[in-house]
Amino acid sequence: MRPALSVVLFTVLSGAGLGLFALLALVQIAGADSSLSQVMHLASGLLALALVAAGLLSSTFHLANPKNAWRAVTRVRTSWLSREGVLALAFFPVALGYLAARYLGWPAAWQTVLGIAGVLLAWATLFSTGMIYACLKTIPQWHDRLVPAAYLVNGHLSGALLLLALAAVDQKALPAYVALVLVFLAATALVKGSYYRKFGSRAGAHALPNAIGMTAARAKLLDAGHTHGTFLTHEFVFRFGREQATLLRGLFFALSLLLPTIVVGAGVGDPLMLALTAVACLAGLLVERWLFFAEAQHVVRLYHGQQTV
Amino acid sequence: MRLGLVIDLDTCVGCHACAVACKEWNDGSKVAGPLPDYDARGAQPSGLWFNRIRHYEVGEYPASKTLNVPMSCMHCEDAACVTVCPTGASYKRADGIVLVDPDKCMGCNYCSWACPYGARELDENAGTMKKCTLCVDRIYNDALPEAERQPACVLACPAHARTFGDFDDPGSAVSKKARERNGFGMLPELGYRPVNQYLPPRKPPEIDVGAEPTPQTGALERLQALAAQLIRR
Repeated sequence: MRPALSVVLFTVLSGAGLGLFALLALVQIAGADSSLSQVMHLASGLLALALVAAGLLSSTFHLANPKNAWRAVTRVRTSWLSREGVLALAFFPVALGYLAARYLGWPAAWQTVLGIAGVLLAWATLFSTGMIYACLKTIPQWHDRLVPAAYLVNGHLSGALLLLALAAVDQKALPAYVALVLVFLAATALVKGSYYRKFGSRAGAHALPNAIGMTAARAKLLDAGHTHGTFLTHEFVFRFGREQATLLRGLFFALSLLLPTIVVGAGVGDPLMLALTAVACLAGLLVERWLFFAEAQHVVRLYHGQQTV
Repeated sequence: MRLGLVIDLDTCVGCHACAVACKEWNDGSKVAGPLPDYDARGAQPSGLWFNRIRHYEVGEYPASKTLNVPMSCMHCEDAACVTVCPTGASYKRADGIVLVDPDKCMGCNYCSWACPYGARELDENAGTMKKCTLCVDRIYNDALPEAERQPACVLACPAHARTFGDFDDPGSAVSKKARERNGFGMLPELGYRPVNQYLPPRKPPEIDVGAEPTPQTGALERLQALAAQLIRR
């Protein structure tokens, strides 16, 4: 699949925002001693919402006809894309309500109810984003339960790192936040490690002869019937080298997993260093998300001559 | 109703007349048109087609055959392109035809990702997704003589490889042909239940034309070939 840069950017930014909000609210609702001060809590929450909003906006840049984008909320019954849109839109007022409740000191019950509702909406939105890809049977590398899992853990990893940096700015005790980062570092390593192991060198289940109904013979493409590219070759036949993929996977692991592990493990408490680590992690996640597209193979490639997908 | 096509892979000669007729009719169609071309007379011509014909070699020489495979929308019974569409622009009619409402489409390409057959292409000028309409503006068109109320591709095919009809009617030409000739739908394992059926090529009579036998590749032969190569060097 050709990586759509606006979608890559959208899912990484909004994922970080949703993860940051969920963890921010959970730490505060749990009543941890080290939960952020009133002002810092509001600022962090608004940063999370800004990331989600920036992501949603950037996702509209890949639409060929954005004037109809408002209609994307009308098919929640069948479409994960529609569900994601509705959940993301529902998330904003609830999240804002929770931030206001905390900042203005509304009753604790209000804070808890709004906070939990916001967290559930953030999780549902992240899960829906993953399901947009995982529900497509046409792309084996996406049609897998590890895909929504990756969207959830990636969002929470970048969110946990941002929250750690914000807690450092707020001069709070860091161990609880460090623990969160470590949990999601392990979870991300597990999910993405399993994903790359599963799809790294797997022969495809769909074969060209089967695709044209010639199950008992070998088949090869003689002529694709077009002189230059088509919409299909442009959208689905993205090729890049295997060495490049290995290099980029390494870059993702180094930036998003190894670097944060070293920084956190070394007990760094400097807010600037932690913020830079969070940014590096986000850069690594951009690489991961780009690869997620670039390495995905659509079955229509069979009809264009690829032997297996 | 379950309207669709039967395509005979035995008689299709791969002439692309169906695709040209499709382009011609639909370019002027109020339902689907226009079908733009990009850089049509330039160095890298491309464009929007509802029907694409690809050519394959099946089997190994001398027992090989060229297979011409026209592909357009299969008007699937479980059309994933319809269920994934977030705006409701993609829909399936009671007669089985899958259509796109350009007034609702936001051009997100998601339906084209869900289609395994490459049947949907984006109109870069209009910003909306387009696809085969099964010539919905021909088959119900009272202004046309009854014999011409068929998809343009079916009428144009010089080899009569394409037949249009209702698969829910067991007596229709499409049902009979699919039944008698072991018609199959493409990529059935995905579970979209494509309506269009393809008729596999008939087994050709074997005619000895004195073609070279397939070279044997046993261990001894390979050793001999290797030795010959080494000696030549």
